[in-house]
Amino acid sequence: MTKILAVDDSASMRQMITFTLKSAGFDVVEACDGVEGVSQARQHKCDLVLSDVNMPNMDGIAMTRELRTLSDYKYTPILMLTTESGLDKKTEGKNAGATGWIVKPFKPDQLLNTIKKVLG
Amino acid sequence: MTIELSQFFQVFFEESFEGLDVMESGLMSLGPANVDNEIINSIFRAAHSIKGGSATFGFASVAEFTHVLETLLDEIRSETRVMTPEMVDLLLESVDCLRELLEGLQAEVPVDSARADGLRQKFEAILDISADAVVSETGEVEPVAIGWQIKMVGGEDILRTGNEPIRMFTQLSEMGELTITTDFSRLPSFSALTLDSCYLSWQLTLMADGITRADVDEVFEWVVDECEITIEPIMDESVPVAAEQVAAPEASESVQEVAPVGAAECAVPAGLAALQTQKKAEPGSIRVDIDKIDTLINMVGELVITQSMLGQIGADFTFDKVSKLQEGLQDLERNVQVLHESVMQVRMLPISFTFNRFPRMVRDLSRQLNKKIDLVVKGEQTELDKTVMEKIGDPLVHLLRNSLDHGIETPAERVKAGKPETGVVSLNAFHQGGNIIIQINDDGAGLPKEKILAKARKNGIIGPGVVLSDEQINDLIFQPGFSTAEVVSDVSGRGVGMDVVRRNVQELGGHVSVKSIEGVGSTFSISLPLTLAILDGQLVRVGNQVYIFPLVSIVESLSVDMKQVSTVAGACDLLRLREEYIPIIPLYDAFGIEPDSRNLEKSLIVVVESENAKVGLVVDELQAQQQVVIKSLETNYQSVEGISGATILGDGTVSLILDIGGIVIIGQTTAPMQIKAA
Repeated sequence: MTKILAVDDSASMRQMITFTLKSAGFDVVEACDGVEGVSQARQHKCDLVLSDVNMPNMDGIAMTRELRTLSDYKYTPILMLTTESGLDKKTEGKNAGATGWIVKPFKPDQLLNTIKKVLG
Repeated sequence: MTIELSQFFQVFFEESFEGLDVMESGLMSLGPANVDNEIINSIFRAAHSIKGGSATFGFASVAEFTHVLETLLDEIRSETRVMTPEMVDLLLESVDCLRELLEGLQAEVPVDSARADGLRQKFEAILDISADAVVSETGEVEPVAIGWQIKMVGGEDILRTGNEPIRMFTQLSEMGELTITTDFSRLPSFSALTLDSCYLSWQLTLMADGITRADVDEVFEWVVDECEITIEPIMDESVPVAAEQVAAPEASESVQEVAPVGAAECAVPAGLAALQTQKKAEPGSIRVDIDKIDTLINMVGELVITQSMLGQIGADFTFDKVSKLQEGLQDLERNVQVLHESVMQVRMLPISFTFNRFPRMVRDLSRQLNKKIDLVVKGEQTELDKTVMEKIGDPLVHLLRNSLDHGIETPAERVKAGKPETGVVSLNAFHQGGNIIIQINDDGAGLPKEKILAKARKNGIIGPGVVLSDEQINDLIFQPGFSTAEVVSDVSGRGVGMDVVRRNVQELGGHVSVKSIEGVGSTFSISLPLTLAILDGQLVRVGNQVYIFPLVSIVESLSVDMKQVSTVAGACDLLRLREEYIPIIPLYDAFGIEPDSRNLEKSLIVVVESENAKVGLVVDELQAQQQVVIKSLETNYQSVEGISGATILGDGTVSLILDIGGIVIIGQTTAPMQIKAA
């Protein structure tokens, strides 16, 4: 089963993302910040990473940079969940190695469409 | 597939209220000399999460309001703007406003948006943006293309960010008929080749009806900065101009709009009054530390082991196994006790949940009162039962307000009295025995004893000739309707409430007392049981009835020497205990039971205390001490004076739990006021 890592410091967002992805038949691993995200990514071989940008301890950009150094995650799609005001963050995220972004707020359907697009 | 977003609301509200608390305490800790980046960051993150969540879950009013807040915080965070005290005030007020909005949404009642609008204008004034700067994208008339000619020169790095060109091509091929020509001209010699670099370029022709530029752009959205991409429309010359306009609205539709104004949510001005009356019952969820759950699971495991051991003994029981049986039962007892304690732990929360709102309150009130006051909080990690915590909030607010208003003097008065200009109010929580003690201490003026005494005489609360100890005088402030404040202030009112505070605390099975020295300060102490559900009890027998005394209220038990007892005409007997006289209440009279003996010398007296007042209760026998589970008498029968509840004993009989506070009052009404022995 396709495994997705969802990283967000907001419990409600995590819950929403996980529920949406699981309903669509994906396997989901959660993390509440970048540090946990990296450790979850090491433990589980995930096919896709979704990550919030602003998080305590380690933000999404630093986490992306970290993940790209792991051989398992060199080419794994990493999508940043960013707000429309975070234009700089998009570039910063891309420079760190992110594949793309999903603009918040998004509806469950939009999330699934984007994910399907990335997973092909 | 549709997903019902409302199922995530509860978590969203919980985390948003937590976020608001983080913002509030962060803002409070920002002083002019203390602009810590980490604090600003955490405030920003909290606002950012609330904004993101509210936009996602469709609470546009909150999302919009948080947006301006976040913008300001972001500027402060990136140091393009300096935080001023005015901004702190504005942000604090916004936290209140957001809390109000969220509470309204949670309770599903309309909330007046006027406050939010007013605050937003202030933010916009600071940020120098006009309110109607948000321009909705009007559908720019776009020519209708029958296809698109796309040239993509792959950036070398795109594979390293997980962007596979083939995915984009697949997407395009789903829109219409796609032809691809690949250009290999940039491919280096084999030795210079890096495996994960992209050297190819493509010429793509997409023939499709009704596919707009935006649709095509979206496919390349993530790589547009790294790749060289040119998109040209293929026009159908035969289509007349008029048709273009028909297609236009579609183009604007595909542009993702910023969350629209949720007019319906906040249109009706109803305000807080409606909120308070209609507020839904607390959902009653609790967050529990995972360690506590683990302890519980461990204990259940132990119980299962003990149970199977006992089961084995019971299966073929012979009398030589009695010692093993006893051992097993002891294990069982120990396990049940630990399990009991662990279950109770689940309901325990650190008192910081209640204390957290006080720094803000002190800050606001001291401004309002023109006083300088520092709040010192200690022991905020002390844990307390959730129900007790919820109910102790209001009495604490009242006591704190009282200390700020009546306790701490104005700076001028303080300087005159030789004290530092800034007063100190400290809030302290700690465990003592089976109780939690919360103390509110101020270094203010102390209680004015003469005034209190004069007032009490005037109101007829005490007779003219009665001499009271300092303690008793201070205690008068808890009498109904008692006040000495010369001017009614809107901060703590005129003495309304000290009696209510005492009543509220007593309803929780606790008591409140005050110690005060004039000119030095006052300390209010609230003592509360750790939980409302269990009680350490002392079983006592009177005749054929067994009653339970709360262990905490027992001072001592003694057998009586008649020389210590004096009878007062028309009232009850008094026991001289060291330098005090205390009223004796025979429980058999109070409850109409036939005792073993009416001779005091053959009975026992249990001295109990409540609110610093003692009475001696006459019983026949002291039995075991044990923890009992309190069952409410009120819900199952009706409230009875002097009884706080009931419990079921090990042998299945029901036993009544005495309300010592009530018994003491009965004792005081039948006895003259306690007088210190000469």
